[in-house]
Amino acid sequence: MTHRLFPVLYLLLGTLFGIILTKAEVISWFRIQEMFRFQAFHMYGIIGSAIAVAAVTRRLLPRRPALPTLCGENTPAADERTGRGARFWLGGAIFGLGWALTGACPGPLFILLGGGVTVMFAALLSALAGTWAYGNLRSRLPH
Amino acid sequence: MLPAALTDTWPWYIAGPLIGLFVPLLQLLGGKQLGISGNLRHLCAALLPGRGDFLRYDWKSTGGWNLLFALGTALGGLLGIQVLGTHHIAISPETRAALGALGLQDLSGLVPREIFSWPALLTPRGFVSVVVGGFLVGFGAAYAGGCTSGHAISGLSNFQLRSLFAVLGFFAGGLLATHLLLPLLF
Repeated sequence: MTHRLFPVLYLLLGTLFGIILTKAEVISWFRIQEMFRFQAFHMYGIIGSAIAVAAVTRRLLPRRPALPTLCGENTPAADERTGRGARFWLGGAIFGLGWALTGACPGPLFILLGGGVTVMFAALLSALAGTWAYGNLRSRLPH
Repeated sequence: MLPAALTDTWPWYIAGPLIGLFVPLLQLLGGKQLGISGNLRHLCAALLPGRGDFLRYDWKSTGGWNLLFALGTALGGLLGIQVLGTHHIAISPETRAALGALGLQDLSGLVPREIFSWPALLTPRGFVSVVVGGFLVGFGAAYAGGCTSGHAISGLSNFQLRSLFAVLGFFAGGLLATHLLLPLLF
């Protein structure tokens, strides 16, 4: 496999990911409501089995990636800003509020937009504004 | 005609394991970690980096692969919705009743049209759901350093304690919004 094919590969993997999330209805506000009301097993089954399969399969892999990386590291070094851990529960709770309101976490935002729910463009712009606001406020936030 | 197995709702025991396989696949392919919300950051870094070091980095080399992945998910949404026909969500009768009690009349489609449409953006519940909700998703994911894919699936499958805190936070926020905010808003 050559390096030049990698971009196409990521595009294809993303497409598969989008189809799976769509067909499992993870992208639906209705399913998210059902989950936060504990009225169906569907979403818990999906998240739980995804974690279980990922936990088992990632341990079967060699420690180092078998193929050279295309784009270097995953996250910039500046990402590792962790004090007492407030960022995880506080940031997580803020994210959760938004997840229940929009019925979409970041993946479904892209998926719904691609699928023709065009008002999600406004949600995506807002999400970008939120990320931007964090980037410019982070020195003043507890981490 | 496409087979019903493709066009019907995919059950959790098919979809969940398939989603889980993306973690080892991305790891094997290039040492990448599944995490969609990173793309919000990469897009900000590309469009309007502003001050501070959080949005000032080489977004192309760091997040190029992930932006392509996100573009792919949009394509996947197009195929999944328009070709494979995901139009009707068969939620539980209890949820239908609860949403009806909130005042939603139309429970058809992928998302409720009474909230998620351009005209509804001008209503309080439409604005809060789309614009305020979107902002909180972007802010919270950046603050927590990950979203459902990054913390719940990638992080928990790697037994990261920080991801457990983040996921507990996701649910605390989600329960608060669902059971306290929505009745006030709708």
